[in-house]
Amino acid sequence: MKALAAYGSLFRIRFNSGIQYRAAALGGVATQFAWGFLNILLYMTFYRENPEAFPMSLASVVSYMWLRQAFLMLFETWRTEPQIMAAIQDGGVAYELARPMGIYGAWYTRILSSRISGMLLRAWPLLLVAFCLPAPWGMTLPVSLSAFGLFLLSLVLGTLCAAALVTLIHVLTLVTMQPQGVRMAFNSLAELLSGALIPLPFFPPVIARVLALTPFATTINAPLRIYSGDLAGAAAGQAIGLQAFWLVVMLALGHLLLRRALRRTVIQGG
Amino acid sequence: MRLYGRYILMHLKSQMQYKGSFFLLIFSQFLTAFSALASVYFLMQRFHRIDEFSFQEVLLCFAIVLMAFSLAECFARGFDRFPAVLANGGFDRILVRPRSTVLQVLGSQVEFTRLGRLCQATLVFCYAIPASDVVWTADRVLLLILMILSGALVFFGLFLIFAGLCFFTTEGLEFINIFTDGGREFGAYPLSVYGDGVLKFFTFVIPLALVQYYPLLYLTGRSDSLLHALSPLFAGVFLLPCFLLWRIGIRHYRSTGS
Repeated sequence: MKALAAYGSLFRIRFNSGIQYRAAALGGVATQFAWGFLNILLYMTFYRENPEAFPMSLASVVSYMWLRQAFLMLFETWRTEPQIMAAIQDGGVAYELARPMGIYGAWYTRILSSRISGMLLRAWPLLLVAFCLPAPWGMTLPVSLSAFGLFLLSLVLGTLCAAALVTLIHVLTLVTMQPQGVRMAFNSLAELLSGALIPLPFFPPVIARVLALTPFATTINAPLRIYSGDLAGAAAGQAIGLQAFWLVVMLALGHLLLRRALRRTVIQGG
Repeated sequence: MRLYGRYILMHLKSQMQYKGSFFLLIFSQFLTAFSALASVYFLMQRFHRIDEFSFQEVLLCFAIVLMAFSLAECFARGFDRFPAVLANGGFDRILVRPRSTVLQVLGSQVEFTRLGRLCQATLVFCYAIPASDVVWTADRVLLLILMILSGALVFFGLFLIFAGLCFFTTEGLEFINIFTDGGREFGAYPLSVYGDGVLKFFTFVIPLALVQYYPLLYLTGRSDSLLHALSPLFAGVFLLPCFLLWRIGIRHYRSTGS
């Protein structure tokens, strides 16, 4: 119980520092809004071009885009925690090892809380505007109360999954000591595979089915498609099950790799 | 100009000291652009045409904008990093030297690894130039080069605005990203696909359409208008207000004193 309280206060510290930069957040909201709007215009043109080739309903694509922009901070796999990265490179890990708490848990908590605080500042103004926009551009309400409940569950799981994935990236940085190049390539791949660039149904059917099984699809793909009713019933249940599965796998893997890496790590004095 | 040549040589030499890391970074930049290409590919495979443009024509547009962007990013990286220079007082040193400030900031950073994207754009050109139905006469080849160069200038102007605004805000403004990174992402398609309002904006405010949509009309034989063919030249006018903002910014500058 004591350990949990420590993680709790770590969460609060990072959270409070995260919500300080309100003006920056407002600028971010404007950018994300414009970005989402241009994306929606693009998909509308595609829709006019050939409505039969559209794999989702237009309304669900529009909702998908707005939700993606609103919850971007939760799911950005490329956004690492600068403090942790610095600690990995300059040997600050040694201090963290000296603290009486699990280092994996500490990292995970910090990553999770900075994401949630960033999202809380940015999501609501964007969603507010998106709901007020007129019909083709605006966000629609969830199809049913049960779909909304599933969406919330999937959103929480997706947030936990994204944080686990990002923690895993930090752990791998510690293992390989190769901070830039590999991560950059990985990030852009993750963006494509998680449905951040185009929703997964827009891939060719076979590829889309395979991609839906990957850990990347547990982040953006699952909750956003459940919201708009694109994934419903058994498909939604399956997506949520997969999220839970990958969450456990990624947490365990991160834990294990970190423990092995730390056993080998030699801290140079100084 | 000779000074700038020296700057470039200096950066090239220093970056070549770590050859492994240098090529790895180029390669990962190459892969980064791949995701954008893949999403264009999958969408165009599904819908075949957008706003009357075929897949190959969209690819031409994609490669032009990507190449222009990577050129601008490689050479104008100093402006991208400018908030840091301003914050640590490095700009004071630039001011005391008897050379143009723009030149010095340009020379402060040249990132050749950014050319990874350029490789990608070249590969896309290799496919799209023969595969598109464009009849490649001499004037069209010239126009293509002009589009890339003036596109790079427009992106350079945007970086300049970004840095110029830093004089007033100290921090970099995230909003400019919608025009730089956004210009690269959304400029992958001819800007007319976003509707009239957006097209007008990118014609008269940020002249990205002048290096992309209008000359593309001429390139693909949709228009014979000389105005469309020469529109990339007008895009150069955009640099004037950018430089003006930079000058005003410098006059407004107060050292951080560190």
